[in-house]
Amino acid sequence: MRGVFPLAHPLHGLVGGLLIGLAGAVMLLGLGRIAGVSGITARASGLGGDMPLGTAWTFLVGLLSGAQLVATTTDWHAPPFASWPVLVAAGLLVGFGTRLGSGCTSGHGVCGISRLSQRSLIATATFVTAGVATVFILSKIGLGQ
Amino acid sequence: MTATRHLIPTLAAGMLFGAGLTISGMTDPEQVRGFLDLFQGKWDPTLVFVMGGAVLVMAVAWRLRKWMGHPLFAERFSLPDRADLDARLIIGSALFGIGWGLAGLCPGPAIASLALAPGAVLPFVAAMLAGMAVHRLLPLATPPAQVLRSSI
Repeated sequence: MRGVFPLAHPLHGLVGGLLIGLAGAVMLLGLGRIAGVSGITARASGLGGDMPLGTAWTFLVGLLSGAQLVATTTDWHAPPFASWPVLVAAGLLVGFGTRLGSGCTSGHGVCGISRLSQRSLIATATFVTAGVATVFILSKIGLGQ
Repeated sequence: MTATRHLIPTLAAGMLFGAGLTISGMTDPEQVRGFLDLFQGKWDPTLVFVMGGAVLVMAVAWRLRKWMGHPLFAERFSLPDRADLDARLIIGSALFGIGWGLAGLCPGPAIASLALAPGAVLPFVAAMLAGMAVHRLLPLATPPAQVLRSSI
């Protein structure tokens, strides 16, 4: 695997993915809710949704703590981020787009696809295609890595 | 009362989610952009393994859900049940995908990064909330009758 795709971390990816799936399963079977981060974030910010406010905030606190726990117990290093004008433009698009499209990578990509929801399959195909096209165009005009 | 019953499982779910994102490398924007970078001969398939693992567990969970009258810690399932395809779904997902490709960040890793690299990710999260607020203020928001069901 590493020979063909030198940047890949298949084992880390699979283990992390199983944990994310487990998180989604706890939300679904425990609380009867979709573990969709865009929807939960909007709810916590008072920008829509019907989840109890305390539940939304508790999930987000857990999300930060879980990330922090792994970062402090492993040899995790902070990755580089894009410049702030790019981050602002991207953030606006991600915030507006996920609300208009009713979900993001977690809600549509994980919870929806595993349910074989037609809406989620189409949403995921759309945002992956748009993401691939964006990275391709940026590399063509010399703004990619 | 309801809130306290929800507290432990919700916190556990959030922690599993944050740990999973960090272990899988999905909090690294370059790893995510590496997945989206199909045409420069250095494709990074890690995200496929993340999605595969997560979808696998969730597919089992959806099966179990069919046997349950109600969730373990709540009175009823509150799940989206829309089946209609509309322009909002496509246009919204396309705009999200453009932002995802630009910065290599989607909402989960962005929120998790508030713990990992707060200074670096803050402009993105602030702008994301602003984008959500703009959607909330514009009349093109989902009609009120459907809001409850579409908020994945």
